[in-house]
Amino acid sequence: MTESIWITGIGLASSLGEGPEVHRAALAGGRPVVDDVSFAPYPVHPMPALDLDRQIPKRGDQRQMEPWQRLGTHAAGLALDHAGARALVADMHLVVAAGGGERDTALDEAICAELAALPPAEAGPCLNERLASGLRPTLFLAQLSNLLAGNISIVHGVTGSSRTLMGEEEAGADAVRIAAARLAEGRSGIALVGGAYAAGRWDMLLLYAASGQLWRGPWTPVAARQAAGGGLVTGTAAAFLVLETESHARARGAAAIARLGPVRTGAARRRGTDTAEASAAALAAGLPLRPGYAVMSGATGITAPTAAEAAFLAGLRAAGPEQGPVRHTADLIGHAIEAAFPANLALAALAVQAGAAPQVLVTGFGAWRGEALALVEPA
Amino acid sequence: MSTRDHLGRPVVAVTGIGLVTPLGLGVAESWAGLLAGRSGIRRITRFPTEHLKTTIAGQVDLPEDAAGEPLLSPARVERMAAMAAEEAIAGAGIGEAGRFPGPLCLGMPPVEVEWPHRLALARQVEGAPIRYPALIEAATGRTALFEGCLFGGVGERLADRFGTRGAPVAITTACATGASAIQLGVEAIRRGEAEAALCIGAEGSVQPESLIRFSLLSALSTRNEDPAKASRPFEKTREGFVMSEGAAALVLESLESARARGATVLGLVLGCGERADSFHRTRSNPDGGAIIGAMRAAIADAGLEPEGIDYVNAHGTGTPENDKMETLGMRAVFGEACPPISSNKSMIGHTLSAAGAIEAVFSLLTIRDGRLPPTINHETPDPAIPLDVVPNAAREATVRRVLSNSFGFGGQNVCLVLGAAP
Repeated sequence: MTESIWITGIGLASSLGEGPEVHRAALAGGRPVVDDVSFAPYPVHPMPALDLDRQIPKRGDQRQMEPWQRLGTHAAGLALDHAGARALVADMHLVVAAGGGERDTALDEAICAELAALPPAEAGPCLNERLASGLRPTLFLAQLSNLLAGNISIVHGVTGSSRTLMGEEEAGADAVRIAAARLAEGRSGIALVGGAYAAGRWDMLLLYAASGQLWRGPWTPVAARQAAGGGLVTGTAAAFLVLETESHARARGAAAIARLGPVRTGAARRRGTDTAEASAAALAAGLPLRPGYAVMSGATGITAPTAAEAAFLAGLRAAGPEQGPVRHTADLIGHAIEAAFPANLALAALAVQAGAAPQVLVTGFGAWRGEALALVEPA
Repeated sequence: MSTRDHLGRPVVAVTGIGLVTPLGLGVAESWAGLLAGRSGIRRITRFPTEHLKTTIAGQVDLPEDAAGEPLLSPARVERMAAMAAEEAIAGAGIGEAGRFPGPLCLGMPPVEVEWPHRLALARQVEGAPIRYPALIEAATGRTALFEGCLFGGVGERLADRFGTRGAPVAITTACATGASAIQLGVEAIRRGEAEAALCIGAEGSVQPESLIRFSLLSALSTRNEDPAKASRPFEKTREGFVMSEGAAALVLESLESARARGATVLGLVLGCGERADSFHRTRSNPDGGAIIGAMRAAIADAGLEPEGIDYVNAHGTGTPENDKMETLGMRAVFGEACPPISSNKSMIGHTLSAAGAIEAVFSLLTIRDGRLPPTINHETPDPAIPLDVVPNAAREATVRRVLSNSFGFGGQNVCLVLGAAP
């Protein structure tokens, strides 16, 4: 049994703000919100002001979360409201793509400063003492990857099932793929899927700086970065989609924002002939592309995967049908790692709903690994 | 037996298993230790334990550790996962070397840059305050650190090594992670996306910060003086779980494909059930609804009634809360006639992200050998737990079907039903 899958709710929050309107307006011609100062020399797309009390009414719940969890839980609630699906949460399936949560960076710095000068034999016991007295007990749960899903269950009551995928960009795409596959086989009627990423974080900037691929200096668009060696600008964003089988949505009188077509993921080794371009080309085989399809590109700005994507899209153009505009969403909201693919699907659905494209091909070319494609079209 | 189940889906067979536990490297050694009622819990020797409330854990000694620089969590997870997968794939005799004919479904803990990394960076800082901007300068361009600590790194390297197909999927559902990894593989085969899947649960978080974090939640046993006695699931004086590490791998195949290639079928994964809890971050709803729901869902997914379950491989962590709630779930699902239930964690500790997979393998061995592994350290029964916990010594029994429970922080509940080979 293979059911048609509808997107019936979108919860999108980014540096631009929250909700469909602000993002649709940005697609029609908006400028990004960039913070060049707080984490200099690394620009980031910062956390927007959120009316958290609306989606996370209990202050106690808010206190139990770090910013990435609050952002994600907030966006998940927006999606449920948008879909009018609050009454369906008890049997709704939940798939989240998550990274690691915020560390206590002040504690990290204090311990590093103290222990760096100590001989290793003394540093070990001292580390134990400082962590045992310095870590807030609640921080563990506020940081734990599966606790974004846990908080969505607690705050919004989504309890059909709960799965958290890990693995950066690929996790975001696989979360959607797996949620859609479970719906398509008729195992359930409705699912909530997405992810969240808070970009203004020294701990994650350290990890990405280690790649040598973090963009330094004033913000520039993805295309303009390429001549200067390329680089990644991370963006704060959370995106959740309510996915529904068409029959489930129709039975409750819910309207489609867009139809979710095939979602395909792959992971090239990115060495030798096993390239990201070839991986994406294999994923694209047999995709029912329509003339004039737009591309919502997940290009990170890092040179190699960005070039691989450009070559892949050129190949698609050559093979036909006619390709419409290619949009680098990182130029609007930055690259949101786990949340990037869900956010780009959300933007694609908004574009389709607005009649701005007959169909949208959403791409993902992970900073290190992972290629993903999905089609979004009018229902 | 038909190669389709009661819902017309492909029956999922297990054709290869691999284990790494504190009781031994490999299935044979681990299983023998478990049946003997041996404890794998001991004093932590891998790092200093001054100022720690808990100084015991289940530990796997890796050859690399002997050099004095123990592998950090991401590398430990990968190493143990690879050892278990090697054993499982060799046993299954599936695929050409380095070309596993299906996806990788990996259950693993979240990983991150760790203290040895951070302190090494701090020691390189010169002429600047030791703050994150300076640490980042020191880290810039260290691609081994980046690739080593990415969430997708472990799965990518395992996928490369074993040649699994498609994008590797890594999942975390806290203490239910290992069961979730198996569930992902089962679903891929049932949907016809794959003929086979390599499912792994691996854990390697026995390190100071993780231990302290669990300590701060008051989740861990502090019975440091007698490590082998510290893990006491279902027993009256239980007071917390014991952190542990290890890995299990299962080669899943459609029964049809296993038969077609003449593979030995070790057992079946008959059903999977899951249910999330919305009550609290670390506690179950007192009504046990989600636990009961997950157990019932797994049994129903297998096309069975509760009477069809011969034995339950418990989640059985040894925390006061878990064991009380699991008892409630048992009574609700099975009524007065609960099947025997025992906790592998009494011997190997709580292997967290690996637990669901390790316990699924032990469940299959329980069926194969007709031997129920015991719950050791059962000295003072808890009158609030009226269950046959197979106290202290293994027991012979005819077992056709096992329910394996996994419950985790964040309201995660996943149960599997394992069955005998047809």
